[in-house]
Amino acid sequence: MTVLPYLVAVWIFLTGCYGLATSRNLIHAVGCLAVCQSATYVLLLAVGYRAGATAPVYSDIKPGSRPVVDPVVQALTLTDIVVGATVTALLLSLVMQISKRHGTVDPDELRELRG
Amino acid sequence: MTRRLRMIVLALGGAGLAALFVAACFGMPGFGGDRHPYGDRAVHASLARRTANTISSVNFDQRAFDTLGEMSILFTSVLGTVVLLRQTRDEKRGRPQPQEVALPVRRYALVVLPVALVSGLYVIAHGQLSPGGGFQGGVVAATALHLLYLGADYRALERIRPIGVFEVGDALSASAYLVTGLAGVLAGTAFLANTLLPYGTFNTLSSGGTVPLLNAAIGMEVACAIVILLARFLDQAVEIEEDNGKR
Amino acid sequence: MNHLLPLLVAAPLLGAGLLIACGRRLPRVAAESFGCAVSAGTAALAIWLCLNSSPPLTEWVGAWTPRNGTSVGIVLVGDGPGLGMSALASLLTLASLAYSWHYFDEPPRRHAGSYPALMLLFQGGMCGFAITGDLFNAFVFFELMSAAAYALTGYRVEEAKAVQGALAFGVINSLGAYAMLMGIALLYARTGELALTHIGRGLDTHGGPDALTLAAFVLVLTGLLVKAAAVPFHFWLPDAHAVAPTPVCMLLSGVMVEFGVYGVWRVYGTVFSGPGGIPAADLERALTVLGILTGAVGALMCWYQRHVKRLLACSTIAHVGLFLVGVGSLLPEADDGVALYLLGHAGVKAALFACTGLLLDRFGSVDEHALHGRGRPLRGVAVMFVLGGLALAGMPPFGISLGKAVTEEALGGPLTVVYVLVSAVTGGAVLRVAARVFYGLGPQPRVGSACETTGAGEEPETRHRLSRIPDTMRAVPALLLAGSLAVGVVPGFARIVARSVNEAGSGGALTSAHWTAAGVLLGLVSTALALALAALAVTRPELLGARPWTLPLRRLQSGHIGDYVAWVLLGTTLLGALALPGILTG
Repeated sequence: MTVLPYLVAVWIFLTGCYGLATSRNLIHAVGCLAVCQSATYVLLLAVGYRAGATAPVYSDIKPGSRPVVDPVVQALTLTDIVVGATVTALLLSLVMQISKRHGTVDPDELRELRG
Repeated sequence: MTRRLRMIVLALGGAGLAALFVAACFGMPGFGGDRHPYGDRAVHASLARRTANTISSVNFDQRAFDTLGEMSILFTSVLGTVVLLRQTRDEKRGRPQPQEVALPVRRYALVVLPVALVSGLYVIAHGQLSPGGGFQGGVVAATALHLLYLGADYRALERIRPIGVFEVGDALSASAYLVTGLAGVLAGTAFLANTLLPYGTFNTLSSGGTVPLLNAAIGMEVACAIVILLARFLDQAVEIEEDNGKR
Repeated sequence: MNHLLPLLVAAPLLGAGLLIACGRRLPRVAAESFGCAVSAGTAALAIWLCLNSSPPLTEWVGAWTPRNGTSVGIVLVGDGPGLGMSALASLLTLASLAYSWHYFDEPPRRHAGSYPALMLLFQGGMCGFAITGDLFNAFVFFELMSAAAYALTGYRVEEAKAVQGALAFGVINSLGAYAMLMGIALLYARTGELALTHIGRGLDTHGGPDALTLAAFVLVLTGLLVKAAAVPFHFWLPDAHAVAPTPVCMLLSGVMVEFGVYGVWRVYGTVFSGPGGIPAADLERALTVLGILTGAVGALMCWYQRHVKRLLACSTIAHVGLFLVGVGSLLPEADDGVALYLLGHAGVKAALFACTGLLLDRFGSVDEHALHGRGRPLRGVAVMFVLGGLALAGMPPFGISLGKAVTEEALGGPLTVVYVLVSAVTGGAVLRVAARVFYGLGPQPRVGSACETTGAGEEPETRHRLSRIPDTMRAVPALLLAGSLAVGVVPGFARIVARSVNEAGSGGALTSAHWTAAGVLLGLVSTALALALAALAVTRPELLGARPWTLPLRRLQSGHIGDYVAWVLLGTTLLGALALPGILTG
């Protein structure tokens, strides 16, 4: 099954979307967004994997002695994680203010913006 | 929109997207394949500049401009959180009351705190050699300080983290990253060029040219940023009250 | 000179860093003046580089110049459109900072620098997105501008509407960005490259397009179209733009949304336009259908709003639809037209938002019905508002009119009708507001519907309600309108824009953009239509009032994040279906 890891990423992304769309709690919704984002980590790392390879760090292996996985996707994933974590913090602080101003974090009960 | 209608739209959209994704997966190169042109080049470039941890080389040298953006996002989010979780006009600050902490918890937290802090600093310092770096180590170091909140109380934590100092530290380390980058422009090479410092000896602390410098700037920025972020959220939970005394 | 390209990003970011580092000690005036100075300096740099961008500048950050055609670094591309967009973003940031100078509601205690610093970070993000030639780097700067925009949209945390709108904005745009990142990962898997041109070449060497190319195309475009607020990805926009502080609205509507369109143009042109990408007919079909849909929905929603900021926000959606139709035609002349249209639109839309902000700060309301006749004392603002409405409708010689004329001429046929109708309706809605609010014409409307957002009961953004309007707040919209006029009338400007767009985009096909008799006539027709619509709406409100059949459309705009996410997924599927035929046959 050489496509299984990719399918896992797709599954995670769609699960996150389902959770976002049906969420009844905004904190849960922000969590679902983080789930969607984890799909990108899985996909990126799966794309960069090389069979039988080790981590691309040469402090304890001799250069050229073993194949290593793609370091670029690992760097991209690190960037992605930082972006995700910080945006999540920002969104959670908005949820906090919503709960103060609206007295609820249920998206079904937010009635300020319509039409 | 009713819940039913939303589920129909969601089902249609989800099914379409799933079909598209699955079809794409079968067009992907097989998992574990051997063709990684960019990755191979990155490994070569990293070794040529004597950076043992190729991921650090990608992050702080080859694609340092990405990291600049990433750092700025962190900086923006911290600033955004400071603005969004400010004390509004109808809120006041209360003094948190110290709470009883179970003795084993207190002892454990106080013993682990210095260990965690040093581990964080170690991970930052060895970013160009071993797995880890400024981002990872910064988070460890910042959260280590918060063991004091678990082990003692909020006021003890507040004493060791003057927010103002951390805010200035956050901004200064972000600026330091930019200034290191601009040094390349001033020297006539290019922005964020890693050509100013000697590359040093492979697999030692001083290897990799500007990589350790940028790494350290990021480590400091992340540590300060996480401290401020947590402080904003803790403030909301512990200190800020509505004016009628309700928390 | 190409070494200076990264400074467009570094300067605002460094400015923000210094503002925060010294912010605790700086008085507010100093912090805001410093912010203005930095954004002005960046704007000057962008304009200077833009004037020297033929042939296009390229810069490999970190001096990773390619050897044997490959590199491990990130490339920045300083061509006309990229530098033009960064110049536009910088100038609008400067305008917003000047507009809010000294009068904007007080910043958090001891954080005088936080508001200008966020604006500078926003500017840095936009400039980075404009000039990057690397797909992942584009994602990073895309997120930077988004993060700054979320924080700025929710800036007035004491308002229930503001925090709700900002969260919807944040969630939907982040979802779009993650979809885009999934697409980037697919492209990386196929080609093993991240620089835009290298990905394009990689796709071409692999052979004809297949399911993976289609999926990558759809996912990357989803992220960009969410930002561009194309239907059905648009729901977040009225919510966010209606609640953001006015100076932020100027940036969001004036240039951030347009960056989505710019991204589509850039990504298609460099990545997917080769034989291994998406066939031109498919892109044309997808963008034309989505563009017409966006124009129609935006115009309808715009007409039925009474919350003036929401009305302007919906008109932005409508105009984005027209941009998409123009870009989707892939004709070099249409690209020129869209570029001019975009420049003209930015000035006019920002000016209209600035005028609405004045109403808000003076009367504490942005509700068309509640403000009926109350704007009479603001004569200067009234003139600017009417001019803005006329310009939006396409009255020559404003830049919008020139851009539209050039695009219409390139597109021809039924698409011209779409252009005329959409601009007439959006311009007419603005003129209707002007007639009611500033001149008190017609009876005061009383009908209200259950599912709409009124603009009454809003808090002014200044510390207190303004008794007289400060000169800076009056000068900014005037200058913006003048700028938009200049796009249309300065001789030679259109030619320069056309040349630099074509040099970057359409493989050297040189075209020229200028006024023609037919273009002027079409502009006059849409202006006359807009005036007629506004006159009819004011004198006979029941004739063009809310219709039962529009109610379902307006109910869709429910303010519910779950609904919006479902629509994003449906939009992705729609995009995939529209681009599918060429993949199946090719």
